[in-house]
Amino acid sequence: MTMENIFGFSISPSSTVNLDNVDLTLFNRLHELEPDAWKCMSCGSCTATCPAGNFSGMSLRKVLHALQRGKEKDAVKMLRCCMLCGKCSMVCPRGINTRHLILSICKLYKED
Amino acid sequence: MKDNIVIVGGGIAGMEAARQLLKLGYNPIIVEKSDRLGGHVAQWHCLFPDMTPAKDVVSSLIEATGRANIFLNTEISFMNRLKDSYNIMLTNGVSVIAKVVLVTTGFSVFDAGKKEEYGYGVYDQVMTNSDLEHWFNDGNDDRIDGSEMNAIGFVHCVGSRDEKARNPQCSKVCCITAVKQAIEIKKRFPDAMVYCFYMDLRMFGKKYEDFYIAAQRDYGVRFIRGRVSEVSENIEGKVIVKAEDTLAGKPVKVTLDLLVLMAGMVCNPDCSTLAGMVSLQTDSDGFFKSRDNIADITSSSRDGIYYAGACTGPKTVPETLAEARSAALEIHSYINRL
Repeated sequence: MTMENIFGFSISPSSTVNLDNVDLTLFNRLHELEPDAWKCMSCGSCTATCPAGNFSGMSLRKVLHALQRGKEKDAVKMLRCCMLCGKCSMVCPRGINTRHLILSICKLYKED
Repeated sequence: MKDNIVIVGGGIAGMEAARQLLKLGYNPIIVEKSDRLGGHVAQWHCLFPDMTPAKDVVSSLIEATGRANIFLNTEISFMNRLKDSYNIMLTNGVSVIAKVVLVTTGFSVFDAGKKEEYGYGVYDQVMTNSDLEHWFNDGNDDRIDGSEMNAIGFVHCVGSRDEKARNPQCSKVCCITAVKQAIEIKKRFPDAMVYCFYMDLRMFGKKYEDFYIAAQRDYGVRFIRGRVSEVSENIEGKVIVKAEDTLAGKPVKVTLDLLVLMAGMVCNPDCSTLAGMVSLQTDSDGFFKSRDNIADITSSSRDGIYYAGACTGPKTVPETLAEARSAALEIHSYINRL
């Protein structure tokens, strides 16, 4: 039997990213496949030029950051809006093959 | 007889070294490929962070090097090693034997036209940091004089920290130069909105942070953390800039009357020519490679060849001057050892 909430409020889950609990096993596998996965410096060029980003909130910068912080669900949700046009790979100042990276993320983090 | 010292490049590093070498009793010979002394600094308006007029710095150096031999419009045609000196042939037909060659060939400004997505040379209202300094100096540029200035943008890191442009290195001085130019432009157009688009702000030097705070608080320059990905032009000839405001996590778009590209410092193409003559090493960024990047920055891997200033990497004016003095002292002790 669950206790009835007699106080009228509840505890919200913490929004803190607890780095102690982040499991990077999958991200490390991604890094083996894509050595450039840690190379992003979050300049946002990819997002600014992304034709899907203006409407869907898709942002490769955010996807990579979310994966590095263990927020895999958020990342995968965002990636669904990617059309694989490859425009981001044209503007990346670090020369990351972003299109290839996205495909590898999709393979590794695929949802059932 | 006074020892000859050949200085390749008549910018501020070459002149400062010549000044010190004259004081130490040597005969410096400055070889400058252009028709004037002072290099890039001579074309600048004023210098951060105290707004020192660049022409004051250059003219006092020119005055102090008056007794040196100066060859303008001259380059090195070849150079070879003798027993303990170098035989140097200049393009004007003069040949010199010198125990020491000081390389002060400096840097080149990145050709902003190579970043096509920024529209330099394509859209009317796009200029570079050097173009803006020219305007500060002579007040003559159609891009500024011909239109109303309501909104102006600065793009940091153009051609630097950019592997696509084959320049992964940070050009070091553009962050603070953008802050300086944004303040100067705000003084000329107090009612204009001034935006700086940056990836990281590297305010490493003395008083730089104060300068940055002043730009934000006293001049109202707006800093947006996001690299500009592309620029387009609207029907009125204004430029539209697209970036991601990475702090908000949203794409951002703004219409500007003028866009200034902070073109970075890249290696001087003369570097490789000179390096080929006496097999000097260049680094992965194309600049000359010092014997040691910490303890021996002014020495090359070859005896009798020294470096000063931006020929080994992007440097500020005070760093360049300090290195030139340090190289002069190294040269002095090298000659005394021979």
